Amino acid sequence: MSNLFDLLVAGLATGAIYALVAVGFTLLWQTSQTINFAQGEFVMLPAFLMLAAMHVGAPFWLAVILGILLSMILLGLAFKLLLVDPMMRHGVLPLAIATMALAIGIKEAVKQFFSAEASPFPSIVPTGDVSILGHAVSLQSIGVLAVAILAVLGLTTLLNRTSLGHQMQAAAQNPTVARIIGVPVERMILLTFLINAFLVALASLLITPIYLAKFSSGEVLGQAAFIAAIVGGFNQVRGAIAGGLLIGVLDNLAAAYVSTQYRAAVPMMFLIAVILFRPQGLLGRAEERTV
Amino acid sequence: MSGFARPLKIALGLAVIAALIIVPMNFNRYGLFILSQWAVMSIAAMGLNLTLGYAGQVSLAQGAFVGIGAYAAAIMTTHGWPLPAAILVAIVLSFAIGWVLGYPALRVQHHYLAFVTLAFSTLAFLLFRNESWLTGGIYGISNIPRPHIFGIATNKPLPFYYVCLGSLAIVSLAVWWLIRSPWGRAFMALRENPLRAQSLGIDTRRYTLMAFAIGSALGGVAGALYAPLTQYIDPVPFNLSLSLDLLLMVIVGGAGFYFGPFLGAMIAVLLPEWLRFTEGYYLMLYAVAVMLLLIWSPTGILGILDRYLAERRTKAASALRAVAKSRLETVQ
Repeated sequence: MSNLFDLLVAGLATGAIYALVAVGFTLLWQTSQTINFAQGEFVMLPAFLMLAAMHVGAPFWLAVILGILLSMILLGLAFKLLLVDPMMRHGVLPLAIATMALAIGIKEAVKQFFSAEASPFPSIVPTGDVSILGHAVSLQSIGVLAVAILAVLGLTTLLNRTSLGHQMQAAAQNPTVARIIGVPVERMILLTFLINAFLVALASLLITPIYLAKFSSGEVLGQAAFIAAIVGGFNQVRGAIAGGLLIGVLDNLAAAYVSTQYRAAVPMMFLIAVILFRPQGLLGRAEERTV
Repeated sequence: MSGFARPLKIALGLAVIAALIIVPMNFNRYGLFILSQWAVMSIAAMGLNLTLGYAGQVSLAQGAFVGIGAYAAAIMTTHGWPLPAAILVAIVLSFAIGWVLGYPALRVQHHYLAFVTLAFSTLAFLLFRNESWLTGGIYGISNIPRPHIFGIATNKPLPFYYVCLGSLAIVSLAVWWLIRSPWGRAFMALRENPLRAQSLGIDTRRYTLMAFAIGSALGGVAGALYAPLTQYIDPVPFNLSLSLDLLLMVIVGGAGFYFGPFLGAMIAVLLPEWLRFTEGYYLMLYAVAVMLLLIWSPTGILGILDRYLAERRTKAASALRAVAKSRLETVQ
C-alpha cells in the first residue's frame, strides 16, 4: 500500500509538470492552430538558458528570472513573429513540419553551444522528506505540485475571471466575431504565445532538477505533453490538466506494475483508445470536424 | 509541369537517369552509401506521399514500416532466405499492418490521426527493442547478407547501389502507373472532397484503407533494402524521428507532386552531408534551411516550380488575349 501511495505522489508531481506543458500546447492550438512539435524542446531550452546565466556569474534566483524572460522573448515572441506568423495562413501541416525542424535546430544548438552531456541543475525546493499520513514524501514532489497548482490556478483565474482572459477566449473561439466586437485578436494570440513560453520555462525549472539538463530530454517530455493534451481534450485547458495528471500517474504505475520495458506503451495504448472511442478527449467538447 | 515541351522532359529524365547510373561509378564507399540511402528513403517517402500527398491521410508511422520491412528482411536473410522473398514478405506484412492502421483513419482525421499513427510508431519501436528473441533487442541483428542478383554478388557498394537504384526505378514506375489509374484519381478525390467522392460512388472506406496499406507497403520495401544496405540493424534508426524525417521529406519536396519525394529525400539525406564542412553546425543549418524553405513556400520545392509555371501560363494566356482583343478591335 505504501508503495502505491508513493507512486501516486510521484506520478502526480510529474503529471503536474506534464499538465503545465500540455496546457501551453492546447493554448497554442486553440488560438492559432499551431501544433508545436518543438514543445518538448521548449521545455528543455530554458534550463540551459538559466545554466548559461549562472555560468556568467548570476546568482540562482537572478538566473531563473533571466531564463524565464529570455524564454518568453525567444520561445514566445520570436517563435510567433518569425515562424508562426508567416506560416499560419498556409494551414496546419506545413507549420507543424516547420516546428519539427525547429525542434532539431534547438536540440542541435544546445548540443553545440552548451554540452552533449547531462548537467545537474539546482532545485528550487530543498531536498528531504516530510511525513504525511505516515508516509515519507519528498519535499521536491510537494514543491513541484504546489508550484504547478499555483500556476494552473493563476492561469484559470486569468482566463475565466478577468476581462483579458475573456478576450483571449473570444479570440480563440471565434476570431472573426471577436474582431468585430473590438477584441485585439492579434495581441491576444501573442499573449498566449508568451503564456506558453512562461509555462514551459516554469516546467523546465521544475522538471530539470529531477531528470537533469540534457539536449535530448525534450523528446520524451514533448510526447507526454501531446498525449496529455489529446487524452484530456485538445480544446480544453482543464482537460489538459487532467490529462497531464493522469498520464503522470499512469506512467509511474506502469513502470512499477507492468514492466519497465513496456512502460512507454501504456500511455500510448491509452491514447489510442481515447482517440478511437472518445476523440474529443475525456473532458473536451466535440469539435465540429471538417469532412 | 506541363510548361515543358514533351521531348525536353523526356531528354531531361533520361539525362538524370544516365547521371544516376554513370556518375557514382568512381564515388568512394561513403558517397555510394549516401546515394543508396537516398534511393531507399525516396521509396519510403514515395509511399508516404501516396498516403499523405495523394490521399490526404496524415501518417506519422512510415518509419515504423521501414522498421518492419528491415526486420523482416534481416531475420529472413540471416536465416538463409533470398532477399526477393524477404521483400515479398515485407510487402505483405506492411500492407496488412498498414491496412489495419488505416481503420482509425475512418473515424478520426487530421491531428488525431497523426497522433494515433505516432502512438503506433512508438509501440513498434518498443517491440523492436524489447522482443529480443526475434529482433535481437538493443544488440540488433548483424551480418545481414547482400543478395546475389542474376548470379552477380552485390557485396561491394557499387553493385548494391544499382540494386537500390533499380528498385527505386521499379517502384517509381509502379507509382507512376498507380496515380494515373482510376485508383490514383480515387485517392485524389478522397483528399480533395471525401463527401463528393462518396456521392460519386467511390468506396471511400476501401480507398482510405488502401491508401494506408499501399503507402505502408512501400515503407516495407524501403526497409527490406535498408537492412542489407547497412548490413546491421538495431531499433534506434526506426524510432519516431525517422517517421518525422520522412514526413519532412514529403512536405519539403512537395506533397502530392510525383517528384516531391525524390527531392525531399535528397534534401533530407544529402543536404546534411553537403553541410558537413560546417562540422557541429550542420544539423542546425539544415533545420534553419528547412524552416526558411517552408516559410518561403509551404507547398515545398515543387510548389515553387508549380507557382512559377502557373504564373507563366497566365501571363502567356493574357498576352494571347491582348493580341486577340486588339485584332478584334481592328476588324471593327
